Amino acid sequence: MRAIVSVLGQDKPGIIAHISHALYEANANILDITQTVLRDEVFAMTMLVDLAAMKVSFEQLKEQLGAAGAKIGIEVRLMREEIFNSMHRV
Amino acid sequence: MIDQKDILKTIDMIARQNLDIRTITMGISLFDCVSGNADVCAGRVYDKITRKAKDLVRTGEAIENEFGIPIVNKRISVTPVSLISQGCGDYVKFAHAMDRAAHEMGVDFIGGYSAFVQKAATAAEAQFIDSIPQALSETGIVCSSVNVATTRAGINMDAVKRMGEVIRESAELTAAQGGMGAAKLVVFANAVEDNPFMAGAFHGTGEGDCVINVGVSGPGVVKAALESKKGQPFDEVAETIKTTAFHITRMGQLVAREASRRLGVPFGIVDLSLAPTPAIGDSVAYILEEMGLETCGAHGTTAALALLNDAVKKGGIMATSHVGGLSGAFIPVSEDAGMIHAAETGALTLEKLEAMTCVCSVGLDMIALPGDTPAEVLSAIMADEAAIGMVNTKTTAVRLIPVPGKQVGDYVDFGGLLGRAPIMPYNHNSPKEFIARGGRIPAPLHAQRN
Repeated sequence: MRAIVSVLGQDKPGIIAHISHALYEANANILDITQTVLRDEVFAMTMLVDLAAMKVSFEQLKEQLGAAGAKIGIEVRLMREEIFNSMHRV
Repeated sequence: MIDQKDILKTIDMIARQNLDIRTITMGISLFDCVSGNADVCAGRVYDKITRKAKDLVRTGEAIENEFGIPIVNKRISVTPVSLISQGCGDYVKFAHAMDRAAHEMGVDFIGGYSAFVQKAATAAEAQFIDSIPQALSETGIVCSSVNVATTRAGINMDAVKRMGEVIRESAELTAAQGGMGAAKLVVFANAVEDNPFMAGAFHGTGEGDCVINVGVSGPGVVKAALESKKGQPFDEVAETIKTTAFHITRMGQLVAREASRRLGVPFGIVDLSLAPTPAIGDSVAYILEEMGLETCGAHGTTAALALLNDAVKKGGIMATSHVGGLSGAFIPVSEDAGMIHAAETGALTLEKLEAMTCVCSVGLDMIALPGDTPAEVLSAIMADEAAIGMVNTKTTAVRLIPVPGKQVGDYVDFGGLLGRAPIMPYNHNSPKEFIARGGRIPAPLHAQRN
């Protein structure tokens, strides 16, 4: 199963480190990363991750990512890739 | 990887524009529950619902969690109870069985305490209709509907007359809850068999044993998309709505397929409806106002709604393999912050709403009226709606709540998705003799299509 991790928040050092560490601990494999700084220093990052060898459940990973984001004051979401493919690709 | 802009757009739609799946509705056939004995039959109804729907809520929640898309309601619709209970009597027992099963399954509503009397009612159906007020007052989440007209059959004016009284009785028996009984009762013309939305959902006679139907929503998303098109011609407005409806429906199709696969139940339809909620920003009225109307209800509202209703269908139809249900734009007054405001200020009247129902997906929905509104006035409003549905070969409906003890200027608050409504004035000229005639209004000429 592949999923998209999306991160939104004020830009600051350590965002990628915190999120990728949480993914590493769950044994989720990062396939692709895109990041931009939107208006007013709002940082947006999206990661495509492969969860095939994941050691925890989808729900647990979601919680762990949420907790990692909360530590540094950013919003983190984990959603299955199909939702984006179905909405934006014909 | 999919474009980051598209990912962020989707997240924005969900997080800030109230995009959601309004309902996953499981339709369940009750034909194999038939028995001549009410207790036996109601027992089988309870058993079948609890057997078929045992994983519905859990599955809905799992999809919600993994895909990150809110699924607001999980619901059940069943074969119209009047069809499976004929000859049993004790109809209210069936409502109790449905209510108990639905509560146990953890769903939000169960629909199908319904009857079809567009041409005439059998003696059993007449008794069934008499039982509706009691059934709605003694149960929590059971919804009822009665079809009184079709384009092919005409309008059963005896049923229209009786349903005016049934609405009043339903409101009176639930006076302590603001007449909530009437909020769970819909009177239809041209009712559809696969509608996943309440209070009018039932599992039609042409359906299989069990099916998953999904209702999408997202008026906030359409409004947000139109904000970038200020002052542009209607061609551009229609294109924008179509594109947005396409995205929303694709999401609905994915959820429907996924729910169907996980539950091992066939996928039925996606209902492409823009269903508002009382939440700010989740309003169909705001879309109409975004098109350039000062307030919903202003002259031009019907044209704006016609464009919206059509563009939603055109955009959505390519995004799903099966479209069904009511599909279009709903205009329930109490469930739409913009409609509530327009009704409060007097900009939106019952007459304007009636005109809007000629071009919206259903009809006069969630309209609170004074508690002393005579039954014949309710029937006459119903007859007008049924005539619009019959002549235009579309579904129309009324969900009218004569709120006991309330007058124009007062409010009623049902809470949750049903929302809050100002009591609206009605035309006080009497239709009493008109309604007393009874009989049938014949089907229109264009019903003869063969």
